[in-house]
Amino acid sequence: MDDQQPDHQHQTVPSDMTLRVKALESLLVEKGLVDPAALDALVDTYEHKVGPRNGAKVVARAWIDGAYKNRLLADAAKAIAELGFLSTQGEHMVVVENTPQVHNMVVCTLCSCYPWPVLGLPPVWYKSAPYRSRAVIDPRGVLKEFGLDVSPDVVVRVWDSTAELRYLVLPERPEGTESLTEEALAALVTRDAMVGVAHVKAAQTGGKP
Amino acid sequence: MNGIHDMGGMHGMGPVQVEKNEPVFHERWEARTYGLTRAIGAWRKWNIDTGRFGIEQIAPADYLRMSYYEKWFVRLVELLVKTGLVLRSEIETGKPDPGATKMKPPLTSDRVSAVALNRGIAPSFDPNIAPRFKTGQNVRAKNINPTGHTRLPRYVRGKVGRIHVDHGVYNFPDTNAQGLGEKRQHVYSVRFAAPELWGDQASPHDFVYLDMWDDA
Repeated sequence: MDDQQPDHQHQTVPSDMTLRVKALESLLVEKGLVDPAALDALVDTYEHKVGPRNGAKVVARAWIDGAYKNRLLADAAKAIAELGFLSTQGEHMVVVENTPQVHNMVVCTLCSCYPWPVLGLPPVWYKSAPYRSRAVIDPRGVLKEFGLDVSPDVVVRVWDSTAELRYLVLPERPEGTESLTEEALAALVTRDAMVGVAHVKAAQTGGKP
Repeated sequence: MNGIHDMGGMHGMGPVQVEKNEPVFHERWEARTYGLTRAIGAWRKWNIDTGRFGIEQIAPADYLRMSYYEKWFVRLVELLVKTGLVLRSEIETGKPDPGATKMKPPLTSDRVSAVALNRGIAPSFDPNIAPRFKTGQNVRAKNINPTGHTRLPRYVRGKVGRIHVDHGVYNFPDTNAQGLGEKRQHVYSVRFAAPELWGDQASPHDFVYLDMWDDA
């Protein structure tokens, strides 16, 4: 795999991409266009500091504090900033609430728009052709593949992120969690539930994506 | 443009495949490509709409075959060359042009935490720009087929929806992507009933909400 073939520009073997990205990075560093330490810090931010645990804290707070939930649904960016996850002007967020009558799910049919500050970078399936093509025309079929059977009389709302607004689903709080602390509740909330392709389950032990 | 990126409503793409315990990046080069793209963004040589248009201009067959971060890599190289930050010959040799002077990166590691989560979207409140539509009003999406960038997906063109909420004022991607001005205007969440989009076989209980601009 060390043999680089210039006429196979779109070769997809990883070693090829490794070499090409390495070459570009060293060129950009040598030209003074990027600071390698800044690259490290950017990668570290999304690998270790930002992710669905942030969103889970927002959801748990909304579940235990009705006033916070109202603020979250009225002005999501501001309410999320209260928990320290984004600068007030940095994001334009909308939180949509699941209820027994309404199920919400989020997609970006045109690219990969996703609420980075609260969920981190999107998983591959969210950016994939199957999800992007089908979420708007067959939402119930997609949900079924995720193991979610939505009753025919429940309204399904699909949010296609076509502008700079970013959507987060506020899932339903599962029954039997009345005695749990805010931290314990946050541990139940999954990434998939906040995209709207899963319910939160009381039995789940948490920590999953 | 009527590109392959505009996938909403297409058939034949197969089932959604979910990877358990998926890492943020699968390979180091993906992480570096992500970091390079964000760090180069600090030069402000192109905006978020130019960036999206860059991905859309990848040929359809390549678009479907390439992984997500391969597309990011191809876009980065194209935009670096197009904006003159890097010469094509430098990409080919991997070395700075002998005549090039060394620059100073605008994004240093101490500033990353401040900018990493900020997409730099301007505040959306602007009382000087009047909305063309009102909440609750029925609207028909334009039937346009521009060869440039647009955020109006094909599946909604010509369809009738209802203004759900006015989000305030944002740049207009159709012009902003090509350096033709920000043309700030109101963006609305517009609700479309599934049967309007897909026909009578769609559930009357399904709705798709899109964010749409005054001009498109």
